[in-house]
Amino acid sequence: MPFWAEITVTGFLVISGVFGLVGSYGLLRLPDPMTRIHAPTKATTLGVGGVLIASMVYGFGATGELSTRELLITLFLFLTSPISALFIAKVHLHLRQKRESLPEPEPDTGWASYTAQGPSRGVRDIPPQPPSERVLPDRSR
Amino acid sequence: MRARLFPHPLLSLVLAVVWLLLVSSLSPNSILFAVLLGVFVPMFTQPYWPGMTRPTRLSAVPGYVLIVLYDIVIANIQVALIVLFKPSSKLQPAWVSVPLEIRTPEAITILAGTITLTPGTVSCDLAEDGHAILVHCLHAPDPDSVREDIKNRYERRLKEIFE
Repeated sequence: MPFWAEITVTGFLVISGVFGLVGSYGLLRLPDPMTRIHAPTKATTLGVGGVLIASMVYGFGATGELSTRELLITLFLFLTSPISALFIAKVHLHLRQKRESLPEPEPDTGWASYTAQGPSRGVRDIPPQPPSERVLPDRSR
Repeated sequence: MRARLFPHPLLSLVLAVVWLLLVSSLSPNSILFAVLLGVFVPMFTQPYWPGMTRPTRLSAVPGYVLIVLYDIVIANIQVALIVLFKPSSKLQPAWVSVPLEIRTPEAITILAGTITLTPGTVSCDLAEDGHAILVHCLHAPDPDSVREDIKNRYERRLKEIFE
């Protein structure tokens, strides 16, 4: 493998290692669940991205062929990382966050987690019922 | 004719490109198969896309992708610096409600994903009527500037692409 490729691979591996470490440290260090989401969604994106670029450069240096699957991994990471962050945020909204402490959406409707009917409705808005009294939703209409 | 061959041009393009990246080669047979995927998958799945939106300006997509990639790198550095050097007592997390002008579900989804991937913001919820998005900021001494940033930097470009 040529010297420039070794240097580049090393550089990207170090960068990604640093960001991965900082992201994980942030997860421990930040004070509450909502701020904690920020560290892993961001810092690890570059952490994983660095490893993938290093892998591409290594493959190119070692075999002379450019592998593009790493780009695809990056793409899927960009698709999935916001979704897992959104899930965590939603759980936080449902279970911990006081509705009054949130800013109101400007055209006056309310946030979907609290106001929407059906499955997206907040769990704490539905009082627990004993199974005998549970009424199944009427789906005939 | 064009609409029948490519009912969903963006999906066609994405499928073809993803296939080429997956096989990691540009030989004629992989290109042929990529084209076949791009033509037939959207054609056969079209009935499952009722009320589908067709992006009007595909030419603006690469610019948007580049801006988002650049912002992701900046976001990583900013968040890393905050994590390492800002004591928790000086951290000013904030909830921001961002009113939306875009109405297309696809555009709102992309905007929400972009917000989560970029500087210090995570999108958390949508207003019931879909006209505003709830954003949590890691460190926002000035929430109004966050709102302006999101609207000018991303929403305006997505509006160009989709509406």
